[in-house]
Amino acid sequence: MTKLVDIQNLNVCFKGKRTVHALNDVSLAMEQGETLALLGESGSGKSVTLKTLLGLLPPKRTQIDGKIAVNGIDVMSLRGKALQRYRGGEVSMVFQEPALALDPVYTVGHQIAEAVMRHKGVNKAEAMSTALDMLDRVRIPSANRRLHTYPHELSGGMRQRVMIALALACRPRLLLADEPTTALDATVQIQILLLLRELQKEFGMGVIFVTHDIGVAVEISERIAVMYAGQIIEEGTTREIIRDARHPYTRGLLAANLHDVARGERLNAIPGAPPALEVRPESCPFAPRCPVAMAECRAALPPVFHPSDRRRVACLRAAEPIAAE
Amino acid sequence: MLTYLIRRLILVLPVALGVSIICFLLVQIAPGDPLTAIMPVDATAEEQDAMRAAYGLDKPLPVQYAIWIGNLIQGDMGRSIATGRPVAGEVFGAVKNSLLLAVSAAVIAFPIGTALGFLAGYFRDTWVDRAVTAVSIAGVSVPNYWLGIVLVIIFSVNLSWLPSMGAGPGGSQDWSWDWLHMRHLVLPAVTLAVVPIGIVARTVRALAGDILNQDFVDALYAKGMSRFDVLRHVARNAAATALSVMGLQLGYLLGGSILIETVFNWPGSGFLLSNAIFQRDLPLLQGTILVLALFFVAMNLIVDVVQAAIDPRIQRT
Ligand SMILES: Nc1ncnc2c1ncn2[C@@H]1O[C@H](COP(=O)(O)OP(=O)(O)OP(=O)(O)O)[C@@H](O)[C@H]1O
Ligand code: SF4
Ligand SMILES: [Mg+2]
Repeated sequence: MTKLVDIQNLNVCFKGKRTVHALNDVSLAMEQGETLALLGESGSGKSVTLKTLLGLLPPKRTQIDGKIAVNGIDVMSLRGKALQRYRGGEVSMVFQEPALALDPVYTVGHQIAEAVMRHKGVNKAEAMSTALDMLDRVRIPSANRRLHTYPHELSGGMRQRVMIALALACRPRLLLADEPTTALDATVQIQILLLLRELQKEFGMGVIFVTHDIGVAVEISERIAVMYAGQIIEEGTTREIIRDARHPYTRGLLAANLHDVARGERLNAIPGAPPALEVRPESCPFAPRCPVAMAECRAALPPVFHPSDRRRVACLRAAEPIAAE
Repeated sequence: MLTYLIRRLILVLPVALGVSIICFLLVQIAPGDPLTAIMPVDATAEEQDAMRAAYGLDKPLPVQYAIWIGNLIQGDMGRSIATGRPVAGEVFGAVKNSLLLAVSAAVIAFPIGTALGFLAGYFRDTWVDRAVTAVSIAGVSVPNYWLGIVLVIIFSVNLSWLPSMGAGPGGSQDWSWDWLHMRHLVLPAVTLAVVPIGIVARTVRALAGDILNQDFVDALYAKGMSRFDVLRHVARNAAATALSVMGLQLGYLLGGSILIETVFNWPGSGFLLSNAIFQRDLPLLQGTILVLALFFVAMNLIVDVVQAAIDPRIQRT
């Protein structure tokens, strides 16, 4: 079976007033129907990864190298109509701020129907009935009435449900969720997480779930990829990451969350700040903050260590017994 | 929506009343005795008093106002002191001409301004944007009476393509939609259109630029919408504000064209107004200002209602 996602050596660099090497040699693979959490602190390149997957970065100021295949489709070669079919049809996205991601002057029903008409080639009435069905599926009460409301007439949680309904209306194979619960109240966050988990089972699509909250990542995903300074520094199943994290950064995140396993904690428990990405990192980017750094860490990029299949750690000391810490 | 409309209409009444009081008082405050302009210099005191009584100028102000308003409601705005003709006829004839000029200028300016603004907003920070910005700054800052004179020199004096004076052949007052009359409209309308082109272009550029920077634009692309669809969404988002700016511009075009009407000898309200001022023609002055002011009030009302009708974010109750 073709891989759902196959990213190879992806580099994204923003040129402009300031140069930012946002992604540096990112490789990532996902099987069909898998749920992956992309975990990392602010600026680590999570959103850029998702936007690149949808071809949403401004072409003029962005330099992109590498290969991205989704369901065997070479994403970077898509143009025009083919790109439009791919976006929303094959892959769709739920944004962090539902209040900003919906057009304020169209009804929510219209906004869902618009996507359905584009991808399914049906008329407005059929598209509206699909929209209604989707609002039901994301458990919006009295969906019939809500179909004709404007985004500002809904609560934050309801808006995010609409956003999810919109994203799933055309049955994509892959759903990108960019911190979909960060802007919401704690109780609503849990409801949305549960909803996403149920819908994932129901629809069987793959999900990339971006979060900076390790508790949320554990809750929602089968696999976790940890990002730092535009690189994936550790990847494995959720179980492997929790039980046997190898990278000092991941271990720091876990330690910071151990005494407070509940969600809601920002990933700021590790002292120091990530590097500015004006130049491409030539050595371990975590070295300045790493409690177990060695001189070699500052000399070159650490080799990637593969403890098992589909498991990797980008750290010189990953192979050492954990007791060494 | 209907209740909103009715409520707005009711709210307009006190505004209109206030406007009428201000119009009435403004003219009273103005220095100079209107009678001196029309009486012979050697008129006796009795003759002056008789004239004053004939125009009702001897009564106390509130009474004068009440009489004025009472007549106004019946469509009688008094008689011009200078010409003796009914003010209503003079004012409406002139306002009709001004409206013709203003609407023509708007028909030229609004589509051009909108198109330029959209281009600049879409191609923000490129040479297109800079060119449009330069054009709109020039449009807003070049004095338009000067531009009018330049156009007259080029197209009337040197090329003899278009007439420079009046609203019809031989100073005819009766407008009709034929080329003989319409060619008189071209130069003043184009001249008058320059400022609103700049203002509309600047407004639409800012609106389109801001809207294109919003997250929902990414979200639209993310669900597979085309560039054209996105521009449709942007236009719909910008419509309410853009239309309200245009509505107010139309108001300014009607009331603010005194200089242009003077340059082109256009028999409009601005022209009438300057005559009324120089002749101290009190009833005519009051009537003209009142009609222009009420037009502005009406324009504001229309803008508000249209805005509420097309923008769901505006409270309609
Ligand atoms: N369009 C852009 N132009 C220039 N720089 C950008 C652009 N988008 C993102 N960046 C930069 O790329 C880096 C990675 O940003 P990204 O948005 O992916 O972070 P993130 O991991 O999603 O963080 P957050 O948790 O704050 O959302 C940041 O330094 C950011 O400033
Ligand atoms: S490579 Fe060195 S500096 Fe980087 S995380 Fe591993 S031990 Fe720390
Ligand atoms: Mg982000």
